[in-house]
Amino acid sequence: MVPNITLDARDLACRRGERVLFSGLSFSAGPGLTEIVGPNGAGKTSLLRILSGVMASAAGRVQMSRGEVLLEAGSYAAVLHYMAHADALKPQMTARENLAFAAAWFGAGMSPEAALERLRLSRQSHLPVAYLSAGQRRRLALARCYMLARPLWLLDEPVASLDAAGRALVAELVAGHVMGGGTVVAATHDALSPDARRVEIA
Amino acid sequence: MSGFIALLRRDLVLAFRLGGGPFLGVGFFLTVTTLLPLGVGARLELLGQAAGGFLWVAASLSALLSLERIFQADVEDGSLDQILLGPLPLEASVLAKALAHWLTTGLPLTAAAPALALLLNMPVAGYGPLLLSLLIGSPALSLIGTIGAALTAGLRRGGLLLSLVVLPLFVPVVIFGAGAVAAAINGFNPVPALLFLGATSLVALVVTPPAAAAALRIHLS
Amino acid sequence: MLRYANPKRFLDLSAAVLPWLWLGAAGLMGWGLWAGLFASPPDYQQSESVRIMYVHVPSAWLSMFLYGVMFAASVVGLVWRHPLADAAAKEAAPIGACFTAICLVTGSLWGRPMWGTYWAWDPRLTSELVLLILYLGYMALWAAIEDRQKAARSAAVLCIVGVINIPIIHFSVEWWNSLHQGPSVVRFENGALAPAIDPSMLWPLLAMAVGSTLLAIAVLFVRIGTEIGRRRLATLMAQQAAG
Repeated sequence: MVPNITLDARDLACRRGERVLFSGLSFSAGPGLTEIVGPNGAGKTSLLRILSGVMASAAGRVQMSRGEVLLEAGSYAAVLHYMAHADALKPQMTARENLAFAAAWFGAGMSPEAALERLRLSRQSHLPVAYLSAGQRRRLALARCYMLARPLWLLDEPVASLDAAGRALVAELVAGHVMGGGTVVAATHDALSPDARRVEIA
Repeated sequence: MSGFIALLRRDLVLAFRLGGGPFLGVGFFLTVTTLLPLGVGARLELLGQAAGGFLWVAASLSALLSLERIFQADVEDGSLDQILLGPLPLEASVLAKALAHWLTTGLPLTAAAPALALLLNMPVAGYGPLLLSLLIGSPALSLIGTIGAALTAGLRRGGLLLSLVVLPLFVPVVIFGAGAVAAAINGFNPVPALLFLGATSLVALVVTPPAAAAALRIHLS
Repeated sequence: MLRYANPKRFLDLSAAVLPWLWLGAAGLMGWGLWAGLFASPPDYQQSESVRIMYVHVPSAWLSMFLYGVMFAASVVGLVWRHPLADAAAKEAAPIGACFTAICLVTGSLWGRPMWGTYWAWDPRLTSELVLLILYLGYMALWAAIEDRQKAARSAAVLCIVGVINIPIIHFSVEWWNSLHQGPSVVRFENGALAPAIDPSMLWPLLAMAVGSTLLAIAVLFVRIGTEIGRRRLATLMAQQAAG
């Protein structure tokens, strides 16, 4: 099945306390990679949270469609995975257990082992996450994203705290997802790919 | 349903791996029970009369101690986002977490209560009502507490605030729970108190999921 | 600017109404205090100490009335997201807590001649004490959350949960009292609620109740006005920070 999800943002606005972070933000992200760029504090994370549906937009709306068919408003969560800045990993559980919970919770497209293998974490599979380095945790969060195999990936700083090899791995992962018809929206300081569409928020 | 069980299992695993889990609450329960006679004197008759009420107060305090944990860690590490994006309505997730809290605090406390009642010289007639009242009433403590935990999730000094917010809501539970024991000890019928307690628990069961879910949504927004 | 359209109208309204509220409160409470403390006869059972009633009963009424105001404002604020309602709920709480505290103190002072002790865990006073803790928790929650909107909505949820609980708490305390009622404690019947109250006591009491209600509303209006000003200041500072 070709995922083919298009995300359509119209007129989004975000207010934090008394401060307006952005308003009147509209863009469309179809299959392929879309990078959200902007200075620190511009609201990249807030934008991703709005797109994922975790947070409500102060104005405007987000719509998603599969091909030409508009998806129902309540069903967006089922087609996306939101990888937040915080890793959402439990330090007391092993890497494998963390993935197994995500698989049971969201429903997965492959086994935790396969995802760990892909992100080169097989050797750490039985270690509690508390023992993993920041870069390894980031890779584990990416393994979860890869394992769930949702058509739309929303990634918040996917390469943060990764070394050069890790970055290359992420770029490869994203390219693979895009190649298969997937949609990736990433907030990032460092460009993942020169071919990406760019949405700037100031 | 599989999501509910997955979340419940995860919370139980975490409770057991984190600092002693259920035994910590029981340990606190035991400590406070030891302090009581040391504070008021080893007058067995007085202790026996007060045992039911005291054990209920101690049970609600030790439930309170672990309430802060229900959402705090999930807020800090971003898991709450993933819970919200999951297949389960947030109300059901709240219920799963409240159930996990009860299984790791309320249930062990109920199991430990008879032994502590023995230390406090509680009259024999009180044991049945004590066990029953804790079994019926301690879920209400977890449920009501979940609302407070959701309201204070992610706040600095949330623990102190949590007790101020939650304790007045514990009042009916403690009154009816301790009342059932007191009635039985004094030769009255404990059933009315137990029925009131059951009604309070049912109200808590109805009110908690929407209230706690609303509080969490506010927090995430 | 739309956000302030209504607060603006509120400020105009409050400026027009406030003098009358102050005047009404001063007149009614002035007469009520004089009539209650000097002109009315002492009670045949409780003698002079009955005069505490003229302060105690109105504050008991206001402790509940203001929780009602808070509840209504919370519901409006939660459903219609109206900042003015949020401000009303927030500002009603300290006033309500104040009257609850007055009610507790006067009740305790009244208890000394009536029960022979300052505190007898009378069910009404116990309920008031729990109510005071509810108020304090509500205020603490407001103070603990920095984002105003989040604070308003969290506090509204707490207030609504509290309203569901208040009848249960009240009932449980009444029930608890019937269980533990010792024979030495003289059951305290609130004179104000007995139907046989003499008009010479009833009128001052009513005047005090209405007068202090007007006072509470006046203070509430002033506090809401201050809160609106505080919000404007926060907005201005945020604008300045943004350059």
